[in-house]
Amino acid sequence: MGKLKTQSLQKRHSDLANTNKQLEILSNGVFANGELPTFKNKISETNQFPLKAKTLEILQINVGYMCNQVCEHCHVDAGPDRKEIMTKETMQQILDVIKTTGAHTLDLTGGAPEMNPNFRWFVEKASKIGVQDFIVRSNLTIIRANKKYYDLPDFFKKHNIHVVSSMPHWTRGKTDKQRGEGVFDMSIKALQELNAIGYGMPNSDLKLDLVYNPSGAFLPGDQMAMEKDFKKALLEDFEIQFHNLFAITNLPISRFLDYLIASENYEDYMYNLVEAYNPMAVENVMCTNTLSVSWDGYLFDCDFNQMLELPVNSKAKHISEYKTELLEGRNIVISQHCYGCTAGAGSSCQGVVA
Amino acid sequence: MSKTYYDPADLRKFAKITEWSEELGHKFFEYYGKVFEEGALTAREKSLIALAVAHTEQCPYCIDAYTKDGLQRGVTKEEMMEAIHVGAAIKSGATLVHGVQMINKVNKLDG
Repeated sequence: MGKLKTQSLQKRHSDLANTNKQLEILSNGVFANGELPTFKNKISETNQFPLKAKTLEILQINVGYMCNQVCEHCHVDAGPDRKEIMTKETMQQILDVIKTTGAHTLDLTGGAPEMNPNFRWFVEKASKIGVQDFIVRSNLTIIRANKKYYDLPDFFKKHNIHVVSSMPHWTRGKTDKQRGEGVFDMSIKALQELNAIGYGMPNSDLKLDLVYNPSGAFLPGDQMAMEKDFKKALLEDFEIQFHNLFAITNLPISRFLDYLIASENYEDYMYNLVEAYNPMAVENVMCTNTLSVSWDGYLFDCDFNQMLELPVNSKAKHISEYKTELLEGRNIVISQHCYGCTAGAGSSCQGVVA
Repeated sequence: MSKTYYDPADLRKFAKITEWSEELGHKFFEYYGKVFEEGALTAREKSLIALAVAHTEQCPYCIDAYTKDGLQRGVTKEEMMEAIHVGAAIKSGATLVHGVQMINKVNKLDG
């Protein structure tokens, strides 16, 4: 892989590395002067405030912010310089909790989750618990980044892992622009390897899904139409197959917020999000059935709130304090970034929701 | 008064045209929305046609709108530029084909 796309906000000592600064921006400007309604006011119009957590279905674990890539729009501000890595002790606490919840999906994310030194240990233990759907969000290039990762496809297969991977476009230029030089070619190679052992093939139980998020300051198009275009192009050009495409909206936080401000697209983007607001999407927004666990074991309504350091509104703040009765029915913590999940057909880590 | 005739922020106010002529405005937007739905042509193909026409009409609002629309649909910059060339070719062709009328007239007057 070529040079990294950028540096993390932390490494650049950017103001936006401070989450308070991000929250301040999201509450000021067009939202403070009344040009646009706050998210709270908007969902109140349809009596959907406060948003409340329903039964837990998805446990999403962020095992660390370290990554071999530095993507332009990363909401985690992940990169090789990030040292936040989940310990085995926290992983054990999570394993204990998974056994007691009725969550049908376990969703590992990062950074590059595979870079956590205890990643394989955790996957082996967790896969024995028997969750219905065990997702690893793999950036694909990690599979080709170093010899020690070459066997990851077989490891995934052995543990029946559902692989979900980012792919911003079916062309090299657009993918590399967002994710770094050489990412497209390495991703293609990794996808071909996954296909070769059965991942993503028609009727295969080895699930391979792709995540599309826009490469710039615009919202994702129709998920089904995009999936059709991706499938056609990847099959024709590279003989690659996959199951589903999830279209995810970029939320205006972290490096994407930095990009929006630097490119003078912030206001227009917020207008786009608010204009595309869909109350139907609010019904099924992912924070209502998901719990996000940070690298150090703290609990959040979603991965975005985790990155904004907005903890759950519950007495149980840490995985070691997990109790269903303390978390179910809690009020979801919201701010203006939440418009990202309610625009158009909605957006979640599993794609559209409405 | 704004300093220029075109303000990009005015595009957001497009729906306001309905306020002074409600029935016609609503009928227009209903028609507009229907036209761009998936049909015998895909919504993606329609978006590219709209982009080309936006250029031949030299409508800055439409150019902004359908450039963004194209990006949202995964249209590449190469596809966008080719679409504009189609518009440009028709524009220049339409100019040049009138040359036949000029030829006819010359031949009639001075042939």
